[in-house]
Amino acid sequence: MTEVLKVSNLVKRFGGLTATDNLSLDLRQGEIHAVIGPNGAGKTTMIGQLIGELRPDAGTIHFMGQDITAMPVHQRSASGIARSFQITSIFQNFTALDNVALAVQAHDGHSFRFWAAARKDKSLREPALQALEQVGLAHRADITASALSHGEHRQLEIAMALATKPKLLLLDEPMAGMGPEDSARMVRMLQGIKGSVTILLIEHDMDAVFALADRITVLVYGHAIATGLPDEIRRNAQVRQAYLGDEAAAE
Amino acid sequence: MSSASHSSAAPTADSTRLSFIVGLVLLGFLGLIPILSVAFEDPFLLTLFTRIVIMAIAAVSLNLILGYGGMVSFGHAAYIGVGGYTVGILAFHGVHAAWIQWPLAVLISGIVAALIGLLSLRTKGIFFIMITLALSQLVYYLGNGAFAYGGDDGLNIMKRSDFGGLLNLDNRPTFYYLCWVILLATVFFVHRTVNSRFGMVLQGAKSNDRRMATIGFPVHRYQLTAFVLAGMICGLAGVLTATFTGFISPAMMHWSRSGDLIVMVVLGGMGSLFGPVFGTVAFLLLEEVLSSWTEYWKIVFGPLLVLVVLFARGGIDGAMVRGQAGTLLAGCAAFFLLYGIHTAYEDEWLIPTLILVAACALVWVAKWAVDRKKAASHD
Repeated sequence: MTEVLKVSNLVKRFGGLTATDNLSLDLRQGEIHAVIGPNGAGKTTMIGQLIGELRPDAGTIHFMGQDITAMPVHQRSASGIARSFQITSIFQNFTALDNVALAVQAHDGHSFRFWAAARKDKSLREPALQALEQVGLAHRADITASALSHGEHRQLEIAMALATKPKLLLLDEPMAGMGPEDSARMVRMLQGIKGSVTILLIEHDMDAVFALADRITVLVYGHAIATGLPDEIRRNAQVRQAYLGDEAAAE
Repeated sequence: MSSASHSSAAPTADSTRLSFIVGLVLLGFLGLIPILSVAFEDPFLLTLFTRIVIMAIAAVSLNLILGYGGMVSFGHAAYIGVGGYTVGILAFHGVHAAWIQWPLAVLISGIVAALIGLLSLRTKGIFFIMITLALSQLVYYLGNGAFAYGGDDGLNIMKRSDFGGLLNLDNRPTFYYLCWVILLATVFFVHRTVNSRFGMVLQGAKSNDRRMATIGFPVHRYQLTAFVLAGMICGLAGVLTATFTGFISPAMMHWSRSGDLIVMVVLGGMGSLFGPVFGTVAFLLLEEVLSSWTEYWKIVFGPLLVLVVLFARGGIDGAMVRGQAGTLLAGCAAFFLLYGIHTAYEDEWLIPTLILVAACALVWVAKWAVDRKKAASHD
């Protein structure tokens, strides 16, 4: 099995706080790898370093065998890393389809094209519509993004990430703030795309994590205390104590 | 204030078309000005509207970066100055050929815009505003210190740009139509550009530049390109200004001129195709009426702007898109009221100002009362 992403001994400090503490992690082709951990465990800081918004103080990140530790954000994106945001981050004034089409455009050469109307460009619109269909949002394609519901925003986020045909998809709490119904729909959707793209999933919803993940890494104070199959993680005493709480460990 | 009163329903295709049609009609009407000027035997009409058309070109160029790109440049008048000074200085040294003057002026405006953009686009928000202001003031003081070219007294341009036998710019209607055609071309260019792939990137970056980077756009270079394009178009407006007045001085790039340009864009409607044209026409007509009445005309103009911000978000174009006929009628009524008070009181300024301030206060109180009642009925 080939490694899509290999993180080695990553360190990131903010003043006296070590948010990422000697973190190592690897993602295999086509798996869904969940990273769980209590609040403040450094999950979002880790994502920030993976996409290039934060520069690590030490350690390396390899993507498809290439060292990308110092690569800027837009180049990482161009080479196949896509991300959904924890806080919904879409283009509110654009329609759902416009949003996804923009993501397609980002990976279709340069955009110094000043004349032809982008909204009539089939090479942008068709893949965009396909991505909307994948996440089950095609029927809302022409709605302005600001008028979509919270759950639909999250689906749109993922459609935008998928539209760039990524090799690696970083999902930062895709179920955050969702009701059980939307959550279940999101789990079904992710199961649908499973295998076609390698996914790093950060999520608090344990039902979703255990339903989706092939492997799970547990992060505590910026350090990976365990990595393994869901069953192993469920049984791991150290994990139960650190993450699920003492009560759960005592059960 | 509550935003409930303009709970903006999503603009329907038809109302968007209304503002589109009104915009086209206005541009067409501007094409009739020389004829009207002759018909009413009013040469001043042509002078006034030549100024309006030239400023509209500058406002449309600012709208490209301010309205569509979200870059609040508080130094856009600098390019009017750069364009104007290029023509003035070349004429001073005996170079009158438009084929040299005009392209060179546009090119130098572009270079200055690139330099200002490179420095200012490293920042965001209020810092961006302040840095564009500071850099444009630098250009302003360059003009001020250019003693060879008149310093702060400015410089007369003795001979207008020479287009060979093709165009005679001394003929005022000819010059007006040249400006008008350039305005049409500018509006059309902006229309194509903002709807192109480039335009989508520009608008996306306005809405969410962090996200633009994560989906793979090197945002900065697109913003810089737009910044330079806007500077070049505005430089052309500067060329026209200098040619029109036959005079250049640092005053044409004073920071208050940059402020005027922003007001024109906001008044007309940021990020709308015809908004800056509406805004420029409204701004300069109001300025004309009010300033003939009192030199303190900004006392009146200020509160009027506040009313626009309160009642007509999205400016004149926004009111049209939302189909707020009432707002537009009120705007027109206010204009004629002003004109009426002006003719009635002639040289007086204190009484009419008091009347207007009282009227604004009354409208504000009425709006406050209505909003309160609305809020109460919702509970």
